Amino acid sequence: MRQQWWKIVSVMLLLYTFTAGFLTPVPHLGNLAESIRNFYFHVPMWSAMMTLLTVSVVYAVLFLYKPSSRYDIISNAFAQTGILFSLLGLITGMIWATFSWGQPWSNDPKQLGTAIGILIYLAYGVLRNSITDLDKKARVSAVYNIFAYCILIPTLYILPRMTESLHPGGLGDKGNPGLGGDNLDPIMAKVFFPAMLGWTLLGVWISTLVVRYITLKEKQLSA
Amino acid sequence: MPTTSASKVLKLLQKDILLEVRQQYALYGILLYVASTIFVLYMTIGRPDAAVWNGLFWMIQLFICVNAVAKSFLQDSRGRMLYFYLIAGPVDFILSKLLYNLLLMLVMSVCSLALFALMLGYPAEKGLLFMGIVCLGGLSLSLVFTLLAAIASKAQQQAALLAILGFPLIIPQILLLVRLSRFAFGEVFREGAIWKATGLLLGLDGMIVLLSVILFPFLWKD
Repeated sequence: MRQQWWKIVSVMLLLYTFTAGFLTPVPHLGNLAESIRNFYFHVPMWSAMMTLLTVSVVYAVLFLYKPSSRYDIISNAFAQTGILFSLLGLITGMIWATFSWGQPWSNDPKQLGTAIGILIYLAYGVLRNSITDLDKKARVSAVYNIFAYCILIPTLYILPRMTESLHPGGLGDKGNPGLGGDNLDPIMAKVFFPAMLGWTLLGVWISTLVVRYITLKEKQLSA
Repeated sequence: MPTTSASKVLKLLQKDILLEVRQQYALYGILLYVASTIFVLYMTIGRPDAAVWNGLFWMIQLFICVNAVAKSFLQDSRGRMLYFYLIAGPVDFILSKLLYNLLLMLVMSVCSLALFALMLGYPAEKGLLFMGIVCLGGLSLSLVFTLLAAIASKAQQQAALLAILGFPLIIPQILLLVRLSRFAFGEVFREGAIWKATGLLLGLDGMIVLLSVILFPFLWKD
């Protein structure tokens, strides 16, 4: 129980997000209208994804530093859940875009960045499956993981700020692209930051379950 | 055998170039690949306008790079790799490969630019500047694909894998290169935007060299 408290925190935060997110008043900004509530679901997917991918790359570095199959399993599991959350972020974003931008896909730099990220981590999966030797698989995929992450960061954080974007924070628009520009409504902030934490913790929770599943499967195979 | 790191790198580079000169079929193979790809393109599309030309040019560069760089880690047999391992370190080895692929890609870029200009026209208003951008592009592409070729050479079905691994990773550089090319084609950009893009491209290149030097030693041993 001592190590499980954060799972309870995650559930509580998400329950709070789902109730407060739909009940508290929100500012009405042009055509966003009530769809601005998607802010509590769409944006946290990205914080969860980045956290998971960062954990994945940290374990890739740890693996190269001190090879152990456990590090490799953790790195792989977090990358997989990272793909899941990037898909969820993409889907929530596309639903939102249908109502506020008129179409689900409009070649916005952020949408393209997500597509690139998904392609990179799917390629990571293909690379893992194409090597049979376990030690070599872990080593080579750790190298690719680190290399890809280092290129992904400028792709997601520098390039979108250099071009015009429908998202806040593009070229000629001040503020952080992730946090709705400069002005986050104070009531919204009270729901938004707990939502970020809640979703991120949920992502970590799912990943730990994947780690346990892979470990169990490998134990069965080697038995 | 030379002792300092720089002379080892040069010696390995010399070996690669010498091999290329002696076994000319590989070099001619890639050159023919360049020529026939561009010829097919000409047959299907004729002389496109500048925007289409730009996109096609960089896509073709990408395919040329995948084909030219892919073989750089395949031609050395296991035994020979073991020998290199004894006489030089992994850092010397990857540096020599980076340099070699860079030279190869520069030659191929210039060739494909000449063929493009001959067949599909040359829409660049600032002609010399565009040549510089093409060389910068050849450099950026070759650096990214060298480490990826080393990764793919450890797995089966290398050629397809190299494309899968590389294409998403090369997008930021391709986007920056396309933007720089649009400037050379006469499009007007905000002041400083071009220097920012160039700086970012060079920064990415530097980071990729650094990552290759750090990560290659882990790929090296079997």
